[in-house]
Amino acid sequence: MKKLHAPKAHKVNRSVGGNIAMFLFLAIVGVFMAFPLVYIINNAFKPLDEFFKMPPHIFVQHPTLDNFQTLGTLMSDSWVPFSRYVFNTVFITVVGVVGHVIIASAAAYPLAKHKFPGSKLLFNMVVLSLMFSYNVTAVPNYMIISKLGINNTYAAVILPAFAFGLGLFIMKQFMEQIPDAILESARLDGASEYRIFWEIVMPNVKPAWLTLGLLQFQFMWNTTGSGFLRNEELKPLNYALNQIVQGGVARAGASGAVGLIMISVPIILFLLVEKDVIATMSTSGMKD
Amino acid sequence: MNKVLTPAACAPAGERPKETVWSRIRKNKACYVLIAPYFILFFLFTVLPVIVSVFLSFCNFDMLQPPTFVGFQNYKRLFLEDDIFTIAVKNTMLFAVITGPVSYFACFFFAWIINDFGPKLRSFLTVIFYAPSLAGNAYFIWQLIFSGDRYGYANSILMNLGLISDAINWFKNTTYIMPLLIVIQLWLSLGTGFLVFIAGFQTVDPTLYEAGAIDGVRNRWQELWYITLPAMKPQLLLGAVLQITQSFAVSDISINLAGFPSVNYAGTTMVTHLVDYGTIRFELGYASAIATVLFLLMVLTNKFIHYLLRKVGD
Repeated sequence: MKKLHAPKAHKVNRSVGGNIAMFLFLAIVGVFMAFPLVYIINNAFKPLDEFFKMPPHIFVQHPTLDNFQTLGTLMSDSWVPFSRYVFNTVFITVVGVVGHVIIASAAAYPLAKHKFPGSKLLFNMVVLSLMFSYNVTAVPNYMIISKLGINNTYAAVILPAFAFGLGLFIMKQFMEQIPDAILESARLDGASEYRIFWEIVMPNVKPAWLTLGLLQFQFMWNTTGSGFLRNEELKPLNYALNQIVQGGVARAGASGAVGLIMISVPIILFLLVEKDVIATMSTSGMKD
Repeated sequence: MNKVLTPAACAPAGERPKETVWSRIRKNKACYVLIAPYFILFFLFTVLPVIVSVFLSFCNFDMLQPPTFVGFQNYKRLFLEDDIFTIAVKNTMLFAVITGPVSYFACFFFAWIINDFGPKLRSFLTVIFYAPSLAGNAYFIWQLIFSGDRYGYANSILMNLGLISDAINWFKNTTYIMPLLIVIQLWLSLGTGFLVFIAGFQTVDPTLYEAGAIDGVRNRWQELWYITLPAMKPQLLLGAVLQITQSFAVSDISINLAGFPSVNYAGTTMVTHLVDYGTIRFELGYASAIATVLFLLMVLTNKFIHYLLRKVGD
């Protein structure tokens, strides 16, 4: 495993004045970054009248859980039972994350540890795919998904996400640091490449699974399935929550609660895996 | 970092030097089986769409009738007749030229400062800076901050200070749309690239800094230029790719905050223009021409910046 160097308390080449200037700058930008999030968190607990106070306050004065109750009522009134949206998101996310981690790792292992005809070309194609965004291929993608007959099914959202380029790239770079010696000794013991992948490589790249999982989760959590999931029963939670936010003034309270839910789930997950993500990213650089 | 690994074959060692490609393929059968699921999907949903898109850009196509070949007509129309495309290109370039480099340097700079803190504070600050891009649709809050009535936070502050007398309808005013979207895009842009840099700084061996100090490195800037940057080149390259791709693809914030279409198309970008023709007007040939131009723009910019960055520290 790659050694990360945690900075020491005392550093060379640091002037006190410079430190103060840097940290002041960091603090100012930090406030700008955090302000909208602090606003979202406070809105979740504001009673309705505080949304329309002049002048508006950022910080809640009389915190209440009313907004979550309103949200609960709104949800139980919705056309499709609210639990259905939750199920859809959980299903899409879990299958999307697990499938992506396994499929991308299976492809990353040979690319990281073997040289075979075409390996370089395939990897370069994945690197090239990082250089343009999915928007570019949206139109043909829609046609391909329709032709495959998976439009308006979970597969329309899940299958393309399995082959997410950044995930393979990060996994391959991380696998390169596994010592060849342990793979070689397993090979001498007669283990097949499949067994080596599953029983030796995979347990050694746990931080990278968590990283791929986090990135994929972010993508899946934010999807509204628009374009592909047309049946109300298939739509994800994010879609339902967006509908509530778009309700405008009348739903200011419920939107506040929604905002908190939307931001807190990814942030909490990130906090849980932060260390592993940083460890993975440390190997993810691009060599020429 | 750049360990040189001896390539191991899938089959047991003892490779003979002269082998036909076919025998090497046969010998590596397991490798192909392992990569197959990923690359089948990758070809289907990434490679094939690019090819189809380039092909369709030379056709008239509405999904109902088979495509008819029209040569360069879509491109001619795009560059010579479509005034809104001109706005879209201008706005996209503004995003790319402003948010691209600014967010790249911001990612790097903040990762650099944050790296000087102890582990607990470092992890906290990482979350603060990464949270906006992590939290997905959290940008909707800017709609409330810059709401067009006097309950909007920005309007109320400016009115209390006496700087404006009437509420400004921020996202409906062509003067403010682009500057606001640029600020919001910057707020959102400390993404995966930022994490890559945070990690990159921790891969630099601290003894290099001590050795540098002895060799005459006098301050943090020299240390950054002579020691840190060359050691972090792989991360700098990946970070650049991620930031460039992101800055050319701005669309969601424009659609959701400024409206679709935005007032006088002031917030139109190449991607929103593509969405317009691809999903509303159903002129798929024309939409594909937009997609192809955008694809070339993204890839060529990436290649060019990659070429420049490779020279860092050389």
